[in-house]
Amino acid sequence: MSNLVKFKIDGTECMAEKGSYIVDAALENGIYIPTLCNMPGVKPKGACRVCSVRINGRLMTSCTTPVSDGMEIESNSADILDLRKAIIELMFVSGNHFCPSCEKSGNCELQALGYRYKMMVPRFLYDFPVRKVDASSPKIIKDQNRCIQCKRCIKTIKDEQGRSLFAFHKRGHDLEVILDQDLGKKITEELADLAMKNCPVGSIIKKEKGFEQAIGRRMYDHQPIGIEDK
Amino acid sequence: MKEEQKMSKPILATTSLAGCFGCHMSILDIDERILQLIELVEFNKSPINDIKTFTKAVDIGIIEGGCCNSENVEILKYFRKNCKILISIGECAIMGGLPALRNGIPIEECIHEAYIGGPTVQLNKNHILPNDDELPMLLDRVYPCHEIVKIDYFLPGCPPQADLIWNALVALITGDPMKLPYEVIKFD
Ligand code: SF4
Ligand code: SF4
Repeated sequence: MSNLVKFKIDGTECMAEKGSYIVDAALENGIYIPTLCNMPGVKPKGACRVCSVRINGRLMTSCTTPVSDGMEIESNSADILDLRKAIIELMFVSGNHFCPSCEKSGNCELQALGYRYKMMVPRFLYDFPVRKVDASSPKIIKDQNRCIQCKRCIKTIKDEQGRSLFAFHKRGHDLEVILDQDLGKKITEELADLAMKNCPVGSIIKKEKGFEQAIGRRMYDHQPIGIEDK
Repeated sequence: MKEEQKMSKPILATTSLAGCFGCHMSILDIDERILQLIELVEFNKSPINDIKTFTKAVDIGIIEGGCCNSENVEILKYFRKNCKILISIGECAIMGGLPALRNGIPIEECIHEAYIGGPTVQLNKNHILPNDDELPMLLDRVYPCHEIVKIDYFLPGCPPQADLIWNALVALITGDPMKLPYEVIKFD
């Protein structure tokens, strides 16, 4: 029992193992906090900020903050929900997200959060940045128009020698996540499948696999992302 | 429902700018509710009835498609002037949609691809580019409607689902809150 801590999310009493991150602890207690860059089994990085919550008046990323005894977490208040929605909207306007022609549509986590937060139109102006599509690998397409730079591919897609197939390139506004040209040519079928699966959006697409599932049969066609709010 | 919010037989107008008419098809996709719709509203300017100019002040204007040329802008402004409420329906009106795939490609390149260099161009031996004064001018890029005029409501989808359009119209006409079940908001 000494390993358990008590804390509150929006006033609801919760319990979880000491040291567990707030997103995971919340889920164990039936409370959903949205995430995008976070992935089970991968060290969290707090990159996308979608999981922001308020603790002691400060906004924190709940994927990188461990729960502690007596902690009071504010998660589903109107302003935090709106902040999350604004972050999602920013991702839509800062890339080129043409969902009707995207192979990931229906299975995309960003789009699914747009649905969950009822994004009818982003409040920001569309940027329409000029971005490249790299189709040099025989197995995958890396589409920069849709990359949200979550690093999930960098962290999880590695060859037998442990080398990451994806890497950051350039800096600041020009920052991109690119596919290593040599390793990309040699990517195995399994790794290519995994890369597409681990990318939350449609930035890594398996060649000759687009639009496999009919509309109505895809992951988020009928079911919202995450679990129902209690 | 508050009585003053309820419209007395509202007037409806629709148009398709840089769209594919899919959104209009989705309006028709309300199936037999179309009979209810003509009870609820009176149609004015619309491709559905082929009325070309506004003949009275309109309550609700529905815009499909974004703005890719000067004519789209003109019609959109014409709608804004004549409609109390404007609704952008569909991805094209909301964010440019597939026509906006050309945003970021210089206009000369687009025209060259379409009329001279493209693999399907075979008959244009003299390399003529569209140059008639009657033709609308292409804009430098495709613009979402709300970047040109004020838009009051947005209904996403490609096309928006018939139920979404129906629910929105019923809510506007009756003043009741709009029904927004999970499955009606889609971006494809
Ligand atoms: S990556 Fe997701 S949000 Fe972006 S275009 Fe594809 S489905 Fe839409
Ligand atoms: S390609 Fe996909 S997984 Fe990799 S950083 Fe971009 S969005 Fe994330």
